[in-house]
Amino acid sequence: MMEYIAGHYNYWLIIIIMMAGFYTVISRGNLVKKIAGLNIFQVSVFLLYISISNVKDGAVPIIEEGVTLYSNPLPHVLILTAIVVGVATTALGLALVIRIKEAYGTIEEDDIHNQDQSL
Amino acid sequence: MNIMANESLIMLAILLPLIASVLIVLVDKKPNVREFVSLTASLALLATVLSLLPAVLAGEQPSVMLLEIAPGLPVKFTLEPLGMLFACVAALLWPINTLYSIGYMRGNKEQQQTRFYVCFAVALSSTMGIALAGNLLTLFICYEILTLSTYPLVTHKGNEEARKAGRVYLGILLGTSIGFFLLAILWTWHLTGTLDFKAGGILNGKVAGPELIILLFLYMYGIGKAALMPMHRWLPAAMVAPTPVSALLHAVAVVKAGVFSVVKIVVYVFGLDMLKISSGADWVLWIAGFTILIASIIALQQDNLKRRLAYSTISQLSYVVLAVFILAPLSTVAAALHIAAHAFGKITLFFAAGSIYTAAHKTNISQLNGIGYRMPWTMTAFTIGAISMIGLPPTAGFLSKWYMLMGAFQEQQVFAIMVIIASTLLNAAYFIPIIYAAWFKKEEQGSDTVELVEHGESPKPMVFALMMTASLTLLLFFFPEVPLQLANSLIGEYP
Amino acid sequence: MIENHLSLLIVVLPLLAAPIVAVLPNGRMPWSISTLVSWAVFAMACIQLINVSTGSVISYELGGWAPPWGIEYRIDAANALVALIVSGIAAVTLPYALKSVEQEIPKHQHSLFYAAFMLCFTGLLGITLTGDIFNLFVFLEISSLSSYALISLGKQRQALTASYQYLIMGTIGATFFIIGVGLLYAMTGTLNMMDLSQRLPELYEHRTIHTAFAFIMVGFALKLALFPLHLWLPNAYTYAPTVVTVFLAATATKVAVYVMLRVIFSVFGFTFIEDTPTDELFMILCVVGILMMSFYAIYQQDAKRLLAYSSVAQIGYMMLGIGIGSALGITATLVHLFNHALMKGALFMAIGAIVYQIGSSRIEHMQGLGKHMPWTFAAIVIGGLSLIGVPGTAGFISKWYLVLAAIEKQHWLIVIVILAGSLLAVIYVWKLVEVLYFKPADESGQTVSNQLTSRKEAPLMLLIPTWILVVANVYFGFNTELTVGTAEQAVKLLLPSMN
Repeated sequence: MMEYIAGHYNYWLIIIIMMAGFYTVISRGNLVKKIAGLNIFQVSVFLLYISISNVKDGAVPIIEEGVTLYSNPLPHVLILTAIVVGVATTALGLALVIRIKEAYGTIEEDDIHNQDQSL
Repeated sequence: MNIMANESLIMLAILLPLIASVLIVLVDKKPNVREFVSLTASLALLATVLSLLPAVLAGEQPSVMLLEIAPGLPVKFTLEPLGMLFACVAALLWPINTLYSIGYMRGNKEQQQTRFYVCFAVALSSTMGIALAGNLLTLFICYEILTLSTYPLVTHKGNEEARKAGRVYLGILLGTSIGFFLLAILWTWHLTGTLDFKAGGILNGKVAGPELIILLFLYMYGIGKAALMPMHRWLPAAMVAPTPVSALLHAVAVVKAGVFSVVKIVVYVFGLDMLKISSGADWVLWIAGFTILIASIIALQQDNLKRRLAYSTISQLSYVVLAVFILAPLSTVAAALHIAAHAFGKITLFFAAGSIYTAAHKTNISQLNGIGYRMPWTMTAFTIGAISMIGLPPTAGFLSKWYMLMGAFQEQQVFAIMVIIASTLLNAAYFIPIIYAAWFKKEEQGSDTVELVEHGESPKPMVFALMMTASLTLLLFFFPEVPLQLANSLIGEYP
Repeated sequence: MIENHLSLLIVVLPLLAAPIVAVLPNGRMPWSISTLVSWAVFAMACIQLINVSTGSVISYELGGWAPPWGIEYRIDAANALVALIVSGIAAVTLPYALKSVEQEIPKHQHSLFYAAFMLCFTGLLGITLTGDIFNLFVFLEISSLSSYALISLGKQRQALTASYQYLIMGTIGATFFIIGVGLLYAMTGTLNMMDLSQRLPELYEHRTIHTAFAFIMVGFALKLALFPLHLWLPNAYTYAPTVVTVFLAATATKVAVYVMLRVIFSVFGFTFIEDTPTDELFMILCVVGILMMSFYAIYQQDAKRLLAYSSVAQIGYMMLGIGIGSALGITATLVHLFNHALMKGALFMAIGAIVYQIGSSRIEHMQGLGKHMPWTFAAIVIGGLSLIGVPGTAGFISKWYLVLAAIEKQHWLIVIVILAGSLLAVIYVWKLVEVLYFKPADESGQTVSNQLTSRKEAPLMLLIPTWILVVANVYFGFNTELTVGTAEQAVKLLLPSMN
């Protein structure tokens, strides 16, 4: 049992990071912190992809004499795309936060909500 | 060759009012031309429908397939005896009603007259569609168009009262048709794979027991236009409409479309034989009987003339339903006849009510003392209409009631017989006081309740129209051959 | 030559147009190019649909790399139909956009607006046509990111918060999806959908597959705003610029529903779904969603928000078809996908025309407008009737198949809910119609915004696109060869066991 837990330590770590990020998104009222949480959440997925690409005793996937077993390079490529997407999302999110700050004068969710209600 | 001609005539019957509605919009600004278009179209429609008559009497059933919505689901029109009868009645009354409308709308200086005539024409087109529908889907489509096209007519006045009435009207009619009728049609399609009207009933042998009862329930209450209690409230609500609307649509086209659909579904979808064997249809007879009696009792308490007529309509509609559900051939004939007889009688009564409103601005029965001497033509027609409602000779109402009773005796339906007798008395009880007051009571002289207004008859077109319908009521009694033959060929297919 | 690359061109053309449009000077040029591109794409989508309407499948290998290694575009009746919807709606929305955008969006942002629009268009088409599940994610993000930007361009400041809310929810959804894809890849070693569908049956019992499935489902349920994950939708639709609302309401959720359909029936196979409680769960959520969201719609005071809630309810109808899972159910889903795009497109356009004239979408500001804007009013009535499902309109056909599917499987509760949903639709549609039709009770009670603006009929540039969709609503209520016919072809491919 212990061996099972220890043997999958990377997955446990991923789950912890994922939940931490997810929790931040849900619980924080500060719009920037939400974006930060979203980033942490996405990072856990990057780690997941990198984890699954690892092949036991596999070498770095660069062709070399005498090496027969490589790690799978495809997830690396995939996650590169996802990282790019993540960066774009973050940029767009932060841009929106700036606009919200200009329009409302605050980036706290509750304050914004109150301002909209009072209209 | 001949059949080809009949097919195009069927399409013409449906398209004529639609074309008229477009023309009416185009000549919006010229009232005289607009009314001329309405009148011409209505006469042309009458000619079209009448020219179809020989074919039907000869036993032909021409059919037109318009388009196919999905495999096995065509929009199709078929001419058969019952539909012919209904189409004749509606087509016959439209020109008369147009004449009357012209007098009424101008006499009362109503607003939005173009919209009125347009919606009227569309409503007539969908009525023709219902009468000629060749399958359930077509019937349903036209049924919904009829509801929607009459909504602007009901809410014509545009005030808060009309708005509320419109809500009740649309809520009940659209609600029942989507909630129940559509479901019933879909269920039928699921069970049989066809929606055609077929002699002997497409459901024959396909349903039984509780399923039959539920399906029948869905059909009976899905057709809200038949105004079976407790789905009747839309009809009194619709009385806020101008009188020509109440007269042609809510005494003839719309309500008759309801009972017509009931008859059609009982005869062609369920089949009389199947309903007779299973006892699943008994409850409809009871509901119809109670509707007749309760609506009559409510009518007794109404002082507003149009509301009293509306409740009378509710009870008269249930006569048709009752007659069908006696499930005897003779009573089916009675149902078909009653559709015509009640149409002529009731439109006369509404015409009279509108005539009184136009000339004297009176809406309540308690204001009508002695009015017979100021408006002799109107009240003569009213009296004839009322006699027909009660079912006395020499009017059309007697004929249908006679067949109904014969059918009930044949089947020994004691309940139906008692209902018919009791309701005849009730009919008399709520009509005779009006006639008595109009002819024999003295006009009150400037009392608090009634302000004395000097007035004579209403405009000539209106008087002419109501005399026409009153004569039709009498004529139908003396010359019932054509409708009888149509009604008989309806059951002739089911020996 | 071009014929062979049609599948790719549909996606690439708007993608190439986007940067071109972005660098063009503000003016009419960006709009003209976007419109032309959308028409060209629409034409290609039509050809493509004709090509596959016989039941054949087009497989296009991107860059000549053979699947499953390379990315494959796989076009069959189902996604050709969805591509037709997306491109068709874009082709009528863009002409409408000219006037509407001029009024609602500052001039210096026009070329960027059209660039974002083209990107969103690309994304939606890409999602539809690709046969590679990771490629699908990329296009999903292209369409999502551009739609966040588009929504935030709304006039009111709430548009910003609505867009932000959508960004958070949308990103969570997309990330969930990619987690699911990662797990699938870990188990099967492939990302090609056809390949996946062949390798998955052996692994049905495996827990990772179930986890992957759950992540994908939840991720897309967020994207398509399945109740109760719909919270982002009403605000986004209410505050976005009119054109964006029209386009997204008619296409974005439809594409998401299509992905559900594809993932459930093509990738996993319905036998897998039946062993899990997914179909029951869908049906329960849809039933509750349809009723609750229809009630919400009744109580809205803003016409756009009312239609937005109605959209959530209508998504329930589409997902019900998937939950039922029979041939009739999928037909109903695909047909409703198509028809709902038409009716919501028409309705949002008509409301947009009113907003264009009076500057408000609040229902109380629309009192008596029907008389001043008869064509717009008529469009709302017909669109509304289609939404209700009155015979003679496209909505009736959807309801017909959906109810039939439910009856066939003896789901009587669902039958009742579908019909009850229609009745609730009567109420909220008529709420709009009544306000527009009847004159205000008190003329002096007019609001300020009403006095300031013109109570005239909307310009033709707004009316013609609206009426194209209105006429389509009626046309597809009578001629179902395209909708039902294509849907039935699609069913044969999605449910091979049916043949």
